[in-house]
Amino acid sequence: MTTKDATYNYAIRLGDNALILGHRLSELCSRGPILEEDLALTNVALDMIGRAQALLKYAAELEGKGHTEDDIAYRRAEINYHNHLLIEQPNGDFAHTIARQLYLSVFEYLFFTELEKSKDATLAAIASKTIKEVKYHMQHAIDWTLRLGDGTVESHKRMQKGLNDLYMYTGELFEMDHIDTYLLHQHIAVDTLSLKAKWQSEIEKVLTEATLSLPEDTYMQTGSKKGVHTENLGHILSEMQYLQRAYPDAKW
Amino acid sequence: MHNEHSDTHFQSRIDNGEHIEAKDYMPEGYRKHLIRQMSQHAHSEVIGMQPEGNWITRAPSLRAKQILLAKIQDEGGHGLYLYSAVETLGVSRAELIEQLQTGKAKYSSIFNYPALNWADIGAIGWLVDGAAIVNQVSLQRTSYGPYSRAMVRICKEESFHQRQGYEIMTTMMRGTKDQQAMAQDAMNRWWWPSLMMFGPHDSDSPRSGDAVKWKIKRETNDELRQKFIDKTIPQAELIGLTIPDKNFKLDEKTGHYTLSPINWEEFHRVVSGHGPCNKQRLDHHIKYHQEGAWVREAAEAYKLKTAKKELVTA
Repeated sequence: MTTKDATYNYAIRLGDNALILGHRLSELCSRGPILEEDLALTNVALDMIGRAQALLKYAAELEGKGHTEDDIAYRRAEINYHNHLLIEQPNGDFAHTIARQLYLSVFEYLFFTELEKSKDATLAAIASKTIKEVKYHMQHAIDWTLRLGDGTVESHKRMQKGLNDLYMYTGELFEMDHIDTYLLHQHIAVDTLSLKAKWQSEIEKVLTEATLSLPEDTYMQTGSKKGVHTENLGHILSEMQYLQRAYPDAKW
Repeated sequence: MHNEHSDTHFQSRIDNGEHIEAKDYMPEGYRKHLIRQMSQHAHSEVIGMQPEGNWITRAPSLRAKQILLAKIQDEGGHGLYLYSAVETLGVSRAELIEQLQTGKAKYSSIFNYPALNWADIGAIGWLVDGAAIVNQVSLQRTSYGPYSRAMVRICKEESFHQRQGYEIMTTMMRGTKDQQAMAQDAMNRWWWPSLMMFGPHDSDSPRSGDAVKWKIKRETNDELRQKFIDKTIPQAELIGLTIPDKNFKLDEKTGHYTLSPINWEEFHRVVSGHGPCNKQRLDHHIKYHQEGAWVREAAEAYKLKTAKKELVTA
């Protein structure tokens, strides 16, 4: 494995996270509980697609086969996708969406704060832009967690259920495989394992204020680093890639 | 001396080209006309998110996806901005939404047509937003201040939407045979409905009289429609799209294009609720509004709780 190969994989993983979450949040367009929220979620989706574009473009450069970011996004099969399982989970009700946003945005805030120090200049620059957006995403998720947790009996129940249902996908956020370790030694990648305690305490702080509780320890699902996903990803890709696959010679 | 609360004084202000502001005296008919027109405009922005939203997850490139997302976000923002402008006339957003959902208030009938292929996203931007701009540019000079200012802001974004729509059509017409066929198909389906967006002919438009007198409407339906036709036909021809009308021609004397008669039977059918997507659009709006009720209740309950806590600690 060369640094270039490893960095390609790393950029793909980060790009896929942004792309697939952007897709999930886009599904909510015109389906928000109020118009303001429709705009807020679309806004997060827009940030995500922008981030995906930057990361997949970088991956395409590293790959060096003359592909574009669109080739990478639209012509890869499920097994070559490496987004976290958490991200591809369906939106569910609004509490479910917010639970996913909370788990992820707190993680991303910690992650990109570290990635900003990466020796890879491109990743560091993308991280630096991303961190500004993620602060907003995290605040948005926290605000809604408080409102739903400490709102009505029904909203409390739904929020707790969202948190419980998704908790088993959070372990994966902190996994380190040989690519991560290799790049960590070169000061390119983030040591995600070291973020776990901080993540847990941040989440607990928010949940306590929201009168919610951190779900009990459970078996943590895993697989995305090897390209093994939940059944959801195939459906996302068949929708997302439809035009590119149906008209392979067309330029859009 | 004029009585500030008289219709005569009001009309003289209008005739002098003054803006009417929220707290100024206005005849009840003027207020009602504005509420009807502005809320219809706001609802159109919001319902219009549906046909375009139908393609976000299938947008064929990351760039196209971002542009479409940003555009839909603009539309939602326009809706929000316009709802606030209507609220200056003493109606709440909740009431306006209820009027929409019970069918008392209308939205632009154009959104009762389906977005069936990717070129429809181009056609909506180019033709639908293009038609809307012609109307909205004119409305920048409308007599009600908050509406006029909303239009100034909205027009800036709409012209960007129109350009991106035309760009999609151009790209597809330069593309493969399949893409060209999609673009022409979209043109065939959206051309006539976009001409209907300007409303009935002046001779058949019952509300135009007062609206013109009050300078809410600065140009008539037919004048605005003609502007749009004259602007759009050369754009279509430039990229090789065929106008789906065998009889259209340029009148050399007037410089205006003439067309076959518009199918007003279709227009009235769609307005009265029998377009391809009328039921779907309203059902969608109602469904997600209802599904969001518990979220709005939670936000309200939380607001009350935190306000109380602040009172205790203050």
